[in-house]
Amino acid sequence: MPMPRDEHQPVPEEPAPLRVIGTRPPLYGAVDKVTGRAVFGADISLPGLLHGKVLRSPHAHARIVSIDTSRAESYPGVHAVVTARDLPEGAGERFERDNTLAGDKVLYVGHPIAAVAAESPHIAEEALALIDVQYEVLPPVLDVRRAMEADAPLLHEALRTWSLAGQAASPSNVAEHLQHVKGDPERGFAEADVIVERSFTTTMVHQGYIEPHASTALWHPDGSVTVWTCTQGAFPVREHLSSLLHLSMARIRVVPTEIGGGFGGKASSYVDVVAALLARKAGRPAKVVMGRDEVLKATGPTPGTFIRVRMGARRDGRIVAAEAELCYEAGAYPGSSVGSGADTIFACYDIPNARVDGYDVVVNKPRTSSYRAPGATPAVFAVEQVVDELAERLGIDPLEFRLLNCAREGTRRVSGQPYPRVGFAEVLEAARAHPHYRAPLGGPNRGRGIAFGYWGNWAGQSCCTISVNADGTVSLLSGSVDVSGALTGIAMQAAEELGLELEQVQVRVADTASIGYTDVSAGSRTTFGTGLAAIEAACDVIAQMCARAARLWGVPVETVSYDRAAFTTSLDPTKRLSFRELAAQLSATGGPVMGRGNVDGDVLRRGGAPGLHIADVELDPETGKVTVLRYTAVQDVGRAVHPGNVEGQIKGGVAQGIGWALYEGCFYGEDGQLLNPTLLDNKLPTAMDIPEVEPVIVEVPDPVHPYGVRGAGETPIVPVAGAIANALYRITERRMERLPMTPAYILERMGVI
Amino acid sequence: MVWIPSLMRDLTGGQARVSAPGRTVAELLDALEAAYPGVRERLCPGGRLHPSLAVVVDGRRAPLGLLEMVGEESEVQFVPAVSGG
Repeated sequence: MPMPRDEHQPVPEEPAPLRVIGTRPPLYGAVDKVTGRAVFGADISLPGLLHGKVLRSPHAHARIVSIDTSRAESYPGVHAVVTARDLPEGAGERFERDNTLAGDKVLYVGHPIAAVAAESPHIAEEALALIDVQYEVLPPVLDVRRAMEADAPLLHEALRTWSLAGQAASPSNVAEHLQHVKGDPERGFAEADVIVERSFTTTMVHQGYIEPHASTALWHPDGSVTVWTCTQGAFPVREHLSSLLHLSMARIRVVPTEIGGGFGGKASSYVDVVAALLARKAGRPAKVVMGRDEVLKATGPTPGTFIRVRMGARRDGRIVAAEAELCYEAGAYPGSSVGSGADTIFACYDIPNARVDGYDVVVNKPRTSSYRAPGATPAVFAVEQVVDELAERLGIDPLEFRLLNCAREGTRRVSGQPYPRVGFAEVLEAARAHPHYRAPLGGPNRGRGIAFGYWGNWAGQSCCTISVNADGTVSLLSGSVDVSGALTGIAMQAAEELGLELEQVQVRVADTASIGYTDVSAGSRTTFGTGLAAIEAACDVIAQMCARAARLWGVPVETVSYDRAAFTTSLDPTKRLSFRELAAQLSATGGPVMGRGNVDGDVLRRGGAPGLHIADVELDPETGKVTVLRYTAVQDVGRAVHPGNVEGQIKGGVAQGIGWALYEGCFYGEDGQLLNPTLLDNKLPTAMDIPEVEPVIVEVPDPVHPYGVRGAGETPIVPVAGAIANALYRITERRMERLPMTPAYILERMGVI
Repeated sequence: MVWIPSLMRDLTGGQARVSAPGRTVAELLDALEAAYPGVRERLCPGGRLHPSLAVVVDGRRAPLGLLEMVGEESEVQFVPAVSGG
């Protein structure tokens, strides 16, 4: 079984030539998607289907005094009204429960309070207006630094700051304080010849997936329920339903539909429990589809942040000390991405003395969710400007400065863990060699900036099965939903291992009743982790088929092998069967063959993926408008299973990053109202805003994966805002200390307004 | 060798790394608790590893947590649990 190598085992100098991996076949399901045949969450339709709508809080912070649903219940066409009282007593973890349907308090504008199922969405909406909720309105707290002050309004009276120093005695909006210390930061700063310190703020940003959340529930006479939902992970949805409904997992089947974007935001469950409660109470299937304003008001943005960075370097160019304070808005409930922000902020560099403090802070905004490399983009926006400034003050080329200080194999991170083999230096060298880095800018008011980012990747748990068909083809079931074309990469790894053409592998996403637990498709893990499961399943198939060949030939199984072309035995060179020939004889040699792969990729000591971005921008000095002229993204992807798809991931990540850098954000009024709950006002980048992005793939194989694969999907968003900020500095001679860098902000920094 | 998180070094007299015997992380914690009282309650309030933490043994996340086997030369760390999007 060629399962994950030990990292101490050297990667072969000349790996066997690959037939499938590294090619660019059409993605599975692509034609269905572009021709409108793919079934997304809102497309589910069942006989007798009811339509659910959710009543949401108009206040950012209020105590619920009473809820009267009687008028809505008697409204013609209404079949069910549910509130938190319909959740089983004591079900679920408190914060999960309260975020699904509010208990005694609402904590953000858009917080779900009640839901109605009716014959039509319009009737359901009309009935929502008949629900009478009495509130005691409380002052909201919306800014992370204000929320950390001792006299700030408290969201959760029982919340006390937890840290490894112990639990605080008094209540606070700071849910957690984490800290990493490496070496002696004070001594390091004393050695420094140049010290730069700056503070940065970034606003909450929504993931901006185009498909709204949608869930449909159908209860069966035996008390079990089927839920169709657009999600990044069917199994976590099943666990959420089981926890909040007090229902055995064996009585829940979650069927993941196609997903129209998620970027981390669909790793959380919002309307699945509501749909199930409505359907159970009404005795008919019920579907809840969020509107765009509901998505923007009440589903997971990424945290707004305050980040302070201080770094010191010697005249010889070596960074000798660094410290950072990261304060992240968790939204209404604890659990921001400050942990990964703190893990990422100095990740690219070998810094002997460093300290990082992170704070997870609740505020009266929606609970934050993952967003593509959660927490990393704001951290890198901050640190890469400070690194750039250090290089400038030392008179060193910014790329050479990064190369001088980059992490290498064995470098200990600030958290203490040593890196395995990761292509930090290789990425920088590839960027240095790229013509873009030295190309003329070609006009006034133009600048070039670079930024270096890293995402550590997460592997998670995955399952796959592979069934052999009599004609020599196979059917692969994946526990992972197909986010960003990962299903094709998973199938390609199975085809490579089995010695088949990709066309011989049928691949589908399984529901939760059909395969073992599989984590969400997130964390740059799917092609890596579920790919490992597919490889393991393929190896299981080969082992079973070797046994069948041994039975056919009457030889010991130990003498049979498969070289991805034919099964042979060392005892008789005349015996030879192709995969297809042997598949045709399975029925006669013991029946069907099905291979299984179930892996926990997190037990591997795997490396992440660094990326160096080069951005050329042009600034209109009168209007503050920024145009990105040219963009190059260099990234270590380990091994590009499907180079076209990897390039697509890089381009997509850069496009999202440009939006985040220049105009995207969730802007709130003083009362906590979201001021831009439409895509007209919450602008996403379009083809008009994005230049041709040139991805440069660097392949430094990850030693723990049989094919050297690394996760590739998240790193591309991490350096973008930092690269653009550094490019703008070259034009304005001003460091950009706020995201998004809107025209008004840039003009303000320039002193124009 | 156990890496002591910086916020717990008040318990170890400022030491960032300490040696402790044990075949599992749990046994190692017993030894640490005996030498530096208070360690267990910080890492495992209520007897279970705090949900914000992950155990890392020799650079790999330890899925068994406190039950994970450790060798004499092992390096054990307690780090914030992170995932992705």
